[in-house]
Amino acid sequence: MTQASTVTGSARIAEENRKSIARRNLRTGLLFTAPALIVLAVFVFYPAIETFIVSLTNNRINRAGKFIGFENYVKLFHSADFWTDVRNTLFYAVLYAPLVVIVALAFALLLNRKDLKFVGFFRTCMFLPFVISLTVAAIAWNFILSPSLGLVPYWASQLFGIEHLNLLGTRSTAMATIVFITVWKNFGYFMVIFLAGLQGISAELYEAASLDGANSWQKFWHITIPALRPTFNYIVIFGLIGAFQVFDQVFILTSGGPDRATETIVYRIYTEAFGNGKLGYASALSYVLLIMTLIVGLIQLYTNAKHEKEELA
Amino acid sequence: MTTATLVAHRASEEYDENERLRRRATARRRWGLGFSYLALILVTILMVFPLLVILLVSFTPNAVTQTWPPKFIPSAFTLENYQSLFQRLPVGREMLNTIVFAGCVTIFSVFFDALAAYGLSRVDFKGRGILLGVLIATMMIPAMALLIPIYKLLANMGLVNSYLGIIIPRLADVGGIFLLRQFFISIPKDLDNAARIDGAGEFRIFLQIILPNSVPAILTVGMFNFMGNWNDLLWPLIMTSKPETRTITAGLAMLTGHGSSVTPYGVVMAGALISALPLIIVFFFVQKRFVEGIAMTGMK
Repeated sequence: MTQASTVTGSARIAEENRKSIARRNLRTGLLFTAPALIVLAVFVFYPAIETFIVSLTNNRINRAGKFIGFENYVKLFHSADFWTDVRNTLFYAVLYAPLVVIVALAFALLLNRKDLKFVGFFRTCMFLPFVISLTVAAIAWNFILSPSLGLVPYWASQLFGIEHLNLLGTRSTAMATIVFITVWKNFGYFMVIFLAGLQGISAELYEAASLDGANSWQKFWHITIPALRPTFNYIVIFGLIGAFQVFDQVFILTSGGPDRATETIVYRIYTEAFGNGKLGYASALSYVLLIMTLIVGLIQLYTNAKHEKEELA
Repeated sequence: MTTATLVAHRASEEYDENERLRRRATARRRWGLGFSYLALILVTILMVFPLLVILLVSFTPNAVTQTWPPKFIPSAFTLENYQSLFQRLPVGREMLNTIVFAGCVTIFSVFFDALAAYGLSRVDFKGRGILLGVLIATMMIPAMALLIPIYKLLANMGLVNSYLGIIIPRLADVGGIFLLRQFFISIPKDLDNAARIDGAGEFRIFLQIILPNSVPAILTVGMFNFMGNWNDLLWPLIMTSKPETRTITAGLAMLTGHGSSVTPYGVVMAGALISALPLIIVFFFVQKRFVEGIAMTGMK
């Protein structure tokens, strides 16, 4: 009898202990996250909701409009310009993300050679464009590629006989040129991450594979690539999210031209909101982009989870 | 032929075979090394070339820059581009603005990010998982989508064109929270448990154990933050309309034709060089630890 009550008593004490620890943890957790959460609530969550509400109105920058339901979205999906922007953004992302990953991996592999000297020097040089702003990078490239003053068009005419090369002013080459400039600027960052991933692979794995008679291609494919999988996942998701938001380069280099060939979704949001003052329409565009990004992000998370499950199985 | 010579002959044949293979491997390695150097040197030239162009054009008279054919090494030298830049752009003021803006944001947001990262990695509270999920989702919101509501919010508070207005909304950064959280997870729990037994509170554990053990990660997040804000174009361009609070990057963009008449290339290049130089100098000082920090935090 007494024993039983002691047991329930101690169970109750344990239960209360557990509860008080949980309560204390909740308080501590909220206290630590509070400063960041308050800033995010006011300047991210609230504006995100506000943008959604505005996307359901025909508000303009200088006057409040009225509630029009999903009319902006319907208008969007029926506008040819919108699909041009989507196509341009996807074209950019699909070209940029794999390219930056391949270039970064290639140079990480080169720099990972044990017999190479001046590794630090090469690494610093390749990382340098990542430090400067896109504005500065765009100014430099704009001059180098300028058809009337630039060195590249001059060399093209001298070496290959191509006259009046205008990479940024020609529909077919403008977006690819923007991709090239962005890869030039960013690959050093991804290369450093790959380098760290490569240095984390144990040398014993390669030695064992050599003893089994594997050639370098097999070693690359069956040891290096699988070991770099987490790095790949990280880079692909951040590369794609960044690619969907491309703006600065377009703003400085082409202003969306020529003939909308480089007009991306975010550039269009900018011109609709700050050029034409159509806040409702621009907000609807923002939400479409947000949903596009979320879908890609979720697909990525899903495939990651599947890979991890397969590796565990 | 005796068996002995036969064996010796076979052994020398085998030796020759091994020797040949080894030689071929060395030759291949040497070719590979040569190719690596060639590729690295070519790409290094490509990486540095635009920066050299900025440097050279900024010291070249505009009359020389505007002649065809263009020359990589200019035929004349001048300082007039810099004089003209200082007349067109309040460089000193904009530089000060940029340092105040990027500096304040970096110091406070790294601290707030670290606090949040501690809560999200070392304190096991109810709803932590959901909170993490919500934070991941916010990383996918295009910044452009939030600019107008934030602008209206700041306008209502009377903070447009003020330091507070450009700094406060940037005081927390989800990317930084995640990088630091990832790093904090890797610090062994025994350290804080030992301190807890000694009677240390959570905040003291955070300050005295977690932060000192996370210097590379803090430095990396800080450098990213500083670079991101220094280089940011759209935010200062929209939130500031007067030179009193405008940053150098936004001022530079105004020079290139958005908002002002066409500026000679030499002047723009002088502005570009001046706006990039402080970051490049900071980068050279912290580069080894910065690159190591990226390597450490980016792998997860």
